[in-house]
Amino acid sequence: MVGLAGWGGAQGDPVTAAAAPRDAARRRMADRVMTGLTAASTLVALVPLASVLLYVVVQGAGALNWDFFTQLPKPVGESGGGLANAIVGSLTLIALASCVGVPIGILGGLYLAELGDGPLGWWIRFTTDVLNGVPSIVVGVFVYTLMVVPMKRFSALAGGVALGIIMIPLVMRTTEELVRLVPASLREASLALGIPWWITAMRVALRTAAVGILTGVMLAVARIGGETAPLLFTAFNNQYWQTRLDQPIASLTVQLYNYAIAPYDDWHRQAWAAALVLMAMTLTLNMTARLVGGRRTGARP
Amino acid sequence: MDLISTVRSRAFAGALERSGPVGEATPERIRAVELHAYFGRTHAVRGVSLGVQTNRITAIIGPSGCGKSTVLRCLNRMHELVPGARMEGRVLLDNEDIYAREVDPVMIRRRVGMVFQRATPFPTMSIYDNVAAGLRLNGVRDRRTLDEVVEHSLRQAALWDEVKDVLGRPGTSLSGGQQQRLCIARALAVQPEVLLMDEPASALDPASTLKIEGLARILRDHLTIVLVTHNMQQAARASDYTAFMLGGEVVEFGPTADLFTRPRDPRTEDYITGRFG
Repeated sequence: MVGLAGWGGAQGDPVTAAAAPRDAARRRMADRVMTGLTAASTLVALVPLASVLLYVVVQGAGALNWDFFTQLPKPVGESGGGLANAIVGSLTLIALASCVGVPIGILGGLYLAELGDGPLGWWIRFTTDVLNGVPSIVVGVFVYTLMVVPMKRFSALAGGVALGIIMIPLVMRTTEELVRLVPASLREASLALGIPWWITAMRVALRTAAVGILTGVMLAVARIGGETAPLLFTAFNNQYWQTRLDQPIASLTVQLYNYAIAPYDDWHRQAWAAALVLMAMTLTLNMTARLVGGRRTGARP
Repeated sequence: MDLISTVRSRAFAGALERSGPVGEATPERIRAVELHAYFGRTHAVRGVSLGVQTNRITAIIGPSGCGKSTVLRCLNRMHELVPGARMEGRVLLDNEDIYAREVDPVMIRRRVGMVFQRATPFPTMSIYDNVAAGLRLNGVRDRRTLDEVVEHSLRQAALWDEVKDVLGRPGTSLSGGQQQRLCIARALAVQPEVLLMDEPASALDPASTLKIEGLARILRDHLTIVLVTHNMQQAARASDYTAFMLGGEVVEFGPTADLFTRPRDPRTEDYITGRFG
């Protein structure tokens, strides 16, 4: 303590020398309290996450078997069966959604980054942010009026469009941010070669940002993979295989929802298994996205 | 011995030795007439008129912010890409106004190539793809043509021997000096008539700088070069004609040897003798 006080240049000054140790003690106290508080908050945030993960794994792993991935749902009363159609259905819906969300999102983001400095760009950005904040069930109702009512049936297409609409703002803003990060010098170098601006935008700006955009797309897919509400009004559900896209289609999330609120133990177990599969899918996508995004420097050999 | 005569004698020796037959007039490739350039309200270039001769290196020197880079960027219509930038006056390329309404800036930039201060190889492309980029992105697909152009351009840029076995490696894996020569090769691949060099060596070490300057001397036989530099030794070493700019105006323009040995304007003399700038 004496050494510390001396360091502060307070040697020989009785007042400061006496105050310094108390100050230091108070600072250490404050430091410990704050460290404790932040650590506790992190813990509080982690506990529910960990318990959900753990509980789903414990409950789901028991119900998970080969049949789950290969069999159709069994009627009430018969045990066994699986959710093969829902797994394929979810993948189909994600693919359809990507067909809508990825091209519109990427091209829109490119527009915002390259030409979006005017008032039009401002409005697009504003609307995109609003769209991002719209509850997903509202998107479901919107697509219900837009597609389900005129077509007079629920369909995989409608479900894909609903999920795609949710994807658009996510992909768009990621693309815009990443294309903006591409140095202006690269764009100038390309333009100085006599390359038209739109080829420059597509082949230089977008290409340079591609890895980051891929990460953004994967995160967007992970996000829509877990959506249930917009599918209730659009893709509905289906207990059987469905190859036609204009027919209702099963999905893991809606099936999970239906099974979870049903009164049968067997269905509850299936719901847990579905939850586990969904979680694993999301986790895998997130991890892959992070891995891909981690090695930004990689160039084509 | 005073400073002025030292600088003069060194610059004089360099200029005389390297600048070739100065008196020999070649056709004029570019003429800028009463060029004014603005960034928003800033009047960066104030009435510059300048003739650039074919197969000669014309250097523009001057302190930072004197407008030399802006003049350069007006010569291939890169200036207008900066938001808020505009220009007045005329730039004639082979006696045609490149700012005429019917002229496509993309075509001008193909004829007037540019090398920047910082080497900017496309990070997603290999060495080969970088050089081929200008042709490929303009629609050339034939592999044999591309191979030939890539090799020829890399040879012209004195880089072929160093990279011929690693053409597939990323352009960004090269050293700084090599990257800059890669950018020169990339610019040469579209076979421009004029090459604008915007302080091409200011981020490089002395050895790489000399390489770039030597390269410019060789390239002079095939095309016309305008070189912007704030390094007057470089201008003295490498150029045939030199324009000295200050405050957005050309103070003095003439054969390099004359400008460095017999400056007509006291401001030029102050600058080249290192009294300011």
